[in-house]
Amino acid sequence: MTIDPLVEPLTDQLAGLAATAPTGFADSVFAHWLEVDGPVGPLYVAFTDRGINYVCPTAWVDDDRDQFLEYYRARFGRPLRPGTRAPAGLAGALRSGRGTGLDYDLRSVGGFDQAVLAKTLEIPRGEVRPYAWVAREIGHPRAVRAAGSALGRNPVPILIPCHRVVRSDGATGNYGFGPQLKIDLLHVEEVNLDETRQLGRRGIHYLASDTTGVFCFPSCAHARRITTSHRVELANVSAAVQAGCRACRHCRPA
Amino acid sequence: MQPDGEYGVLRDVTDDLPLRLSRDLEQAFPDVVAAHQHAVFTTALRTSGRPEDAADIAAEVFCRAYAALRGYPAERIGQMQLRPWLVTIALNLLRNEARAAGRQPPNVELTTEASVGDGREGPEEQAQRRDGQARLDSLLTLLPERQRTAVVLRHVVGLPYAELAAAMGCPEGTAKSHVARGLQRLRASIPKETA
Repeated sequence: MTIDPLVEPLTDQLAGLAATAPTGFADSVFAHWLEVDGPVGPLYVAFTDRGINYVCPTAWVDDDRDQFLEYYRARFGRPLRPGTRAPAGLAGALRSGRGTGLDYDLRSVGGFDQAVLAKTLEIPRGEVRPYAWVAREIGHPRAVRAAGSALGRNPVPILIPCHRVVRSDGATGNYGFGPQLKIDLLHVEEVNLDETRQLGRRGIHYLASDTTGVFCFPSCAHARRITTSHRVELANVSAAVQAGCRACRHCRPA
Repeated sequence: MQPDGEYGVLRDVTDDLPLRLSRDLEQAFPDVVAAHQHAVFTTALRTSGRPEDAADIAAEVFCRAYAALRGYPAERIGQMQLRPWLVTIALNLLRNEARAAGRQPPNVELTTEASVGDGREGPEEQAQRRDGQARLDSLLTLLPERQRTAVVLRHVVGLPYAELAAAMGCPEGTAKSHVARGLQRLRASIPKETA
């Protein structure tokens, strides 16, 4: 660095205020991506220095990497480069179906949508909840359709398990990557899908135990433990209350 | 190196970068970050009242730049002056953030250090230099916004006047007078022993 002898001390001092960007600054600009094995086929996963911010089944883009990269860059307006190491815990989360321990970067997601996604993250593997449940749990019981739309925009599907949110009548409902993938995912997770749908067709949406007096959603782990002889089928919450039952604290059907 | 490279933050900026960028945005964009990160970071650090947010703001500047470049025709990109353009994005972002924060008084504490030590000074000299820098940094926050921006861009970031004027969106003469008035005010507010 050459110093002009005529430069006065003040400008020298000002030059001394120049700073260098923190080490690893580029990582806060660029996102990284890689391909990993998912529960029903490979996935493209993109992540920033704050966490995972996009997931897409490779089949959804015909295994075309460039289509995925282009879509990501357009949607997030962020440059993307190949990653070398997967975010900590990703493989384990995909194996166990528990995405709760991962870091997500949901800066592109609005407040209502974030609440919907955070609630959905609580639904355990092997169980499903109605759209109306998500809406009620986040304090907007009338925003059922809005909750559905928010789930449709979920940037990190499978990890935040929007496939575990279904229609109140027992049908699995729609999915961003097509309804069949949703059914496949729920089958892999051993949800009692056929039973739930059959019950739904008969107008049964809750199950209770006559020994404990607790009622659940049919997919709740506690409902599935009830032996046939003690199982009570219920059409709605008021029927459950009339029968003297209280809501399960695990699946919170009411 | 160009003559304006005398000041610390400026790296050797290769002239063919806009051209390479116009040919392959994904390939060349990392070089844009590498070439201009210190200038953008210093701008965010020294013109915002919140040094703790400088790295976030600088990262946001490059993301916005990237998103904008995706929409520009190659011809336009090839002729761009990247550095003043990036600094303009930073200034707009900082202004919007300041507005959103509801005109809070600037935080005059220096929480992020400038890393320009030459390694030869002892702890006492370092502490003295840091004190001097902290004082100068807080004096800067007392300048009117345009003057402060002009002084920082010219003498801290080290932009030549042409780029400074482009970044601030004003004629070169206006930029010069902002700098001169800013320096004058600074000089008047600095006690003799530190100047």
